[in-house]
Amino acid sequence: MNTVTPSAASDEVAIAISGMNKWYGQFHVLRDINLSVRRGERIVVCGPSGSGKSTMIRCINRLEEHQEGSIRVNGIELNNDLKNIDAIRRDVGMCFQHFNLFPHLTVLENCTLAPLWVRRISRQEAEATAMKYLERVKIPEQANKYPGQLSGGQQQRVAIARSLCMNPKIMLFDEPTSALDPEMIKEVLDVMVELADEGMTMICVTHEMGFARTVADRVIFMDAGQIIEENDPESFFNNPQSERTQLFLSQILEH
Amino acid sequence: MSESTQSKAVVNDTLIEARPAPSSATGPLRWLQDNLFGGWGNTLLTLLSLWLIWLVLPGALQWSLIDAVWTGGSDACRANPDGACWPFITQRWDQFLYGFYEESERWRVNLVLAGLFAGIAWLVWERAPARNLVGLFMLFGFPLLAYLFLYGVPALGLPVVSTDQWGGFMLTLVIALTGIVVSLPLGVVLALGRRSQMPVVRSLCIIFIEFWRGVPLITVLFMASVMFPLFLPDGVTVDQLLRAMVGVSLFASAYMAEVVRGGLQAISKGQYEGASSLGLGYWQSMRLVILPQALKIVIPGIVNTFIGLFKDTTLVLIIGLLDLLGMVQSALADAQWSIRSVPYTGYVFVGFVFWCSCYGMAIYSRRLEEKLNTGHSK
Repeated sequence: MNTVTPSAASDEVAIAISGMNKWYGQFHVLRDINLSVRRGERIVVCGPSGSGKSTMIRCINRLEEHQEGSIRVNGIELNNDLKNIDAIRRDVGMCFQHFNLFPHLTVLENCTLAPLWVRRISRQEAEATAMKYLERVKIPEQANKYPGQLSGGQQQRVAIARSLCMNPKIMLFDEPTSALDPEMIKEVLDVMVELADEGMTMICVTHEMGFARTVADRVIFMDAGQIIEENDPESFFNNPQSERTQLFLSQILEH
Repeated sequence: MSESTQSKAVVNDTLIEARPAPSSATGPLRWLQDNLFGGWGNTLLTLLSLWLIWLVLPGALQWSLIDAVWTGGSDACRANPDGACWPFITQRWDQFLYGFYEESERWRVNLVLAGLFAGIAWLVWERAPARNLVGLFMLFGFPLLAYLFLYGVPALGLPVVSTDQWGGFMLTLVIALTGIVVSLPLGVVLALGRRSQMPVVRSLCIIFIEFWRGVPLITVLFMASVMFPLFLPDGVTVDQLLRAMVGVSLFASAYMAEVVRGGLQAISKGQYEGASSLGLGYWQSMRLVILPQALKIVIPGIVNTFIGLFKDTTLVLIIGLLDLLGMVQSALADAQWSIRSVPYTGYVFVGFVFWCSCYGMAIYSRRLEEKLNTGHSK
C-alpha cells in the first residue's frame, strides 16, 4: 500500500458528536457517543458486526435519526430542520457497502445527477467535473456504461467519484470493501488512500486493518453501541488497552 | 492429497481457445427435440395441442374466410347463412367507427385520430426529435385539444356535436385513453401517498384506493349515471360521458396505485439512501431515481391494467353509452340483418378489434421492457 503523508488536520472541528444516544424501538443501539473530528482528520471505525458503527456514521448525514445528544457538522446543528439536513448532506459524501449506484443511469449520469439537480450547475460543467473524478478513480473509459456492466470494484470507484462530484468536505465510508472480491479490494483502497493524501476529512467503517494502520490518524473501536477504545493506530494495534479490543484484534488478525 | 501418492503440480499455461458449440447442440432439429419432443410428457402435450388446433382451425378458417360472404348486401348473407357475413361490417363501418356523430363533421374525428396515431408513432419511434416535448403535449395538450375539436367550438366555426351522439370505436378510444392518461399519474401519486410517513395523507390514500377497488365498475357507472345527478342542485347537469369517464379513471387509478406500489416496494432501501446521501430531496429522489426504476419493473402490471381498462370500457353500454360493442349490438336489432350468421360476425369483429388493440399494447410493453433493461444489478 502506498505510503501516506501525515494528515494536516487543523484545529477546526468538522464533526462534533456529543452525548448521542439512539434507540430502535426499545433497543439501545448507540450509547453516549462522544466524538470530535478535526478538518483533514482520517478516522477508522472498527468493531464486531452489530456494534453500531454503521449506525453511528449514518447518523452524521441523517440516514438515521438520533434521539438524544447533538451532532454538529461544519458548525451546522443536525436537527429536524430540513434546511440543515440538506445543507449537511450537500457537504457530506457517502459510500456504501453495496455501492447504491443508480442502475437505470449510465456511470456519467450517476455522477452528474446530483450536481445538476442539487447544485444546479450546467450540464457541461457537471460532465466536465464528472470526467475529472472518473479519471481520478481511473475508469473514464466506462463513463457511458451502466453500473450493471461493471465489476464490483469498478462500481465502488464510480460510487466514490459520484460522491466527489458534489465537492464534499467530509467523506463517510460504510464498509466500502466488504462486498468485494479480494482482487478488487486494493483498487478501491488505493483510491481511498489517494483521497486521504489530498487532505479529505474521512470516517471509514472498515475491517481493512492494513488501511487503518497506514491511513488513519485515529482508530475507534466500538462494541454494543459504545465507543470502547480510541487511539492512534500505532498504540491501538500494538498496545490495545481494553480486554474487548484485545479479543477483537486477536480474532481478526489471527488468520 | 495424501502423503503416500506421488504429488505432482499441474500447470496449464496455454489458454484453451473457445470453439463454437457442436451442431448437435443447436439447429432446428435440436430445437424441435428440446421444445416439442423432449420426453414422453412433452411429446404427448405437443400432439394434444396439434390435435386441438386441427379441431378448431379448419372450421374457423372455413367459416370466416372460405364460406364467408364478402360482397353484396343482406340478401347475399341470407342466401349463405353458414359463413361469416362481412357485408354487415362494411356497410355499417361508419357507424361502428363514429356512432351517431354528425356525418358532415366526421372529418374532425378522422383528424383527431390521425393526430393521435401520429403522436403515438412519434413516441414509439426512438430516434424522433423532441420526444419529451411531444410526450408532454400528448399527455396534457392533446386530450384537451381533441376534446374541444370533437365537441366543437362554435366561435371557430366548429358546430357542437353533443356527446350523446358520440359512439362506436371512437367512444371506446375516448374513454379508454382518458382512463389511461389519468390513471397512471394519479396512480403514482396515490401509491406514493400510501407509502407516505404522514398519517393523514396515508389514510386518505388507503381509503381512496380501497373504496374504488372494492366497488364493482358496473356499480360505479350506475352511481355516476343515476345517483350522482341526485346530489346536484336543480338545473345543474354534468355530461353523462364525462361522468362515465371520471368513474372509469378513478376506478383504474386505484388499481394502478397498487401496481405502482408493488414496484416501489421492490426498490432496495439503498437506492433511497444513495439518493438522500447525495442531497436529493424527496420529490427529486422519487422522480429521478426511484420511479424510473419502479415503473420499469411494473411495466407488465401497468400494461395489464391498461388492457383491463380498455376492455372494461364496454361496460358503459349499460348506462346507455354506445361504444363499439354497443353499436354492434344495436345494429344487430335491425330486422334487415336478422340472419343467423350476422350476430356471430358482429361479435367476432368486436373481439378482433379489441384483440388487436390489446395485443398491440402488449407488444409495445415487451419492446419497452427490452429497451429499458440495463442489466438490472443494483
